[in-house]
Amino acid sequence: MKTIALPEITHVIRSKNCSPFEITLDILFKDTRHYYALKAHSFFSEERIAQLYQLPLSAVQSVIYFDPSLAVKINYIRAIPSGAPGDTDVYGAQQHAPLLTLMIPENLFT
Amino acid sequence: MTQSTNPFRILSPTAILGYGFPETSFEEGLAQHPHAIAVDAGSIDPGPYYLGSGKSFTSQATVKRDLEWLLKACVTLDIPLLIGTAGGSGARPHVDWGLEIIKQIASEQNLSFPLATVYADIPKEKVIEAYQSGQITSLGASGELTLESIYKTTRIVAQMGSEPVLEALRQGAQVVLCGRCYDPVPFAAPAILQGRDAGLALHMGKILECAAIATIPGSGSDCILGTLYDDHFVLESLNPERRFTKTSTAAHSLYEKSNPYQLFGPGGYLDLEKVQFQEIGEGRVAVSGATFQAKQPYQIKLEGAAPVGFRTISIAGVRDPQMLQQIDTILGAIKKETLERYGGDIAIHFHVYGKNAVMGDYEPITLTQSHELGLVFEVIATTQALSEAACGYLRSRLLHYGYPHRMSTAGNLAFPFSPSDILCGITYGFTLYHLMEVADPCEFFNIQMQQVTS
Repeated sequence: MKTIALPEITHVIRSKNCSPFEITLDILFKDTRHYYALKAHSFFSEERIAQLYQLPLSAVQSVIYFDPSLAVKINYIRAIPSGAPGDTDVYGAQQHAPLLTLMIPENLFT
Repeated sequence: MTQSTNPFRILSPTAILGYGFPETSFEEGLAQHPHAIAVDAGSIDPGPYYLGSGKSFTSQATVKRDLEWLLKACVTLDIPLLIGTAGGSGARPHVDWGLEIIKQIASEQNLSFPLATVYADIPKEKVIEAYQSGQITSLGASGELTLESIYKTTRIVAQMGSEPVLEALRQGAQVVLCGRCYDPVPFAAPAILQGRDAGLALHMGKILECAAIATIPGSGSDCILGTLYDDHFVLESLNPERRFTKTSTAAHSLYEKSNPYQLFGPGGYLDLEKVQFQEIGEGRVAVSGATFQAKQPYQIKLEGAAPVGFRTISIAGVRDPQMLQQIDTILGAIKKETLERYGGDIAIHFHVYGKNAVMGDYEPITLTQSHELGLVFEVIATTQALSEAACGYLRSRLLHYGYPHRMSTAGNLAFPFSPSDILCGITYGFTLYHLMEVADPCEFFNIQMQQVTS
């Protein structure tokens, strides 16, 4: 099965706190074709994110498709709140890397 | 987006007061005759330390530099200047710190103006009262509040809505220095005071508060202008090298928010379901469609931080391949030994850069291939002396630890600094990030008027 890496079809992949207790991931697509195909397949499901980030399913709060930006937004609960002992990323700005190697089957786009 | 009459212009100089801006951009903004200047001075992003300790995360010198320009401009043009979340976290020490800088500038630059400080500190006994009568609810993943966590909290602030800021303007303030504030409020309040639509004004404020971050190329240190009309608003960069595009503006709707369709704030939410972005030439974007939906009861967001102990850290590198291979077992053994020696009053955390320091347990890559690792180890304890002693013990044990097949018997760590250990003082954690019902949006926000004179 042929696959395509997520960065090839997106121009922004980022993470940031959306509260001291939660991180939000933004994925902004380059074109409508790839965005709407993945939206139609609900490719970014809560299950997929839980698996990718090794999170319990209950920690994934929401996956939101935002058409005006051709964007997918994912919110999940931090294991350790921002700045608390043991935290690794106070701003939550470097938690996006697992998305960079996410491979998508090309047949979703045909 | 048909009517282009009745413009109301707000100048946003920089993303955070103290981040700076090019003077040419600012002067271009003044040349367009803004009706007000507004700036956000805070954020919760830098973590709980700043709220807990009462210190600013921006430096006095850079804040003073920015404020000098803003104060001179607002006095010269006779327009209001509104500052949101003074001193970074917007508690009383932060507001007073900002006020001191303003007074210094007024005296040095020979400026006089009526000023309002709007404090956002919520007395602990009021929070306890609200807690006991069931008027506090958790927000997202902030968890159930307990009486104990309220008691140990050093400082509690709440984000104010437009109402206290409008009141300060009505009382005649030209400069409004706000404590903790919903970010869009300083930008929206002057327009709401003129009877403009709160939905559009707040949505414009939501973008203006980040200044040029939503432009291409983005910058947190440059000026933009927002012009509010009856049924839309227009965003433009004041630096010709940047521009707004439909995509850059729409993308900003996602930034640091959990839901791009509904932005919750004091007293309600911004409904962005019907928002439209349109490029109108010359790097400008017109935005329409936002509405403000009031919610009853009126809720404000509380933020609080409490001490969790004293921290000491040490930084060192490891280059020996044998040690790199065994790093997990070695650190585990040293941690166990240090905990046994110093008891349950300490917490030890290793940050192993090159392995999983950035993502911790979430790191999907398990095979470390780096030829060197950076170690930051920290000890948090009930006193600074204990944390220093335990960190020192851990550091020296690690330096000379005899792991299996060791060849480098003179020492295991490369320290970049002398002294090797850094005393960090009190460290804090967030205790409150909850919603509290209030009967009156102005109830807890104390407005104090004064005439600042040269």
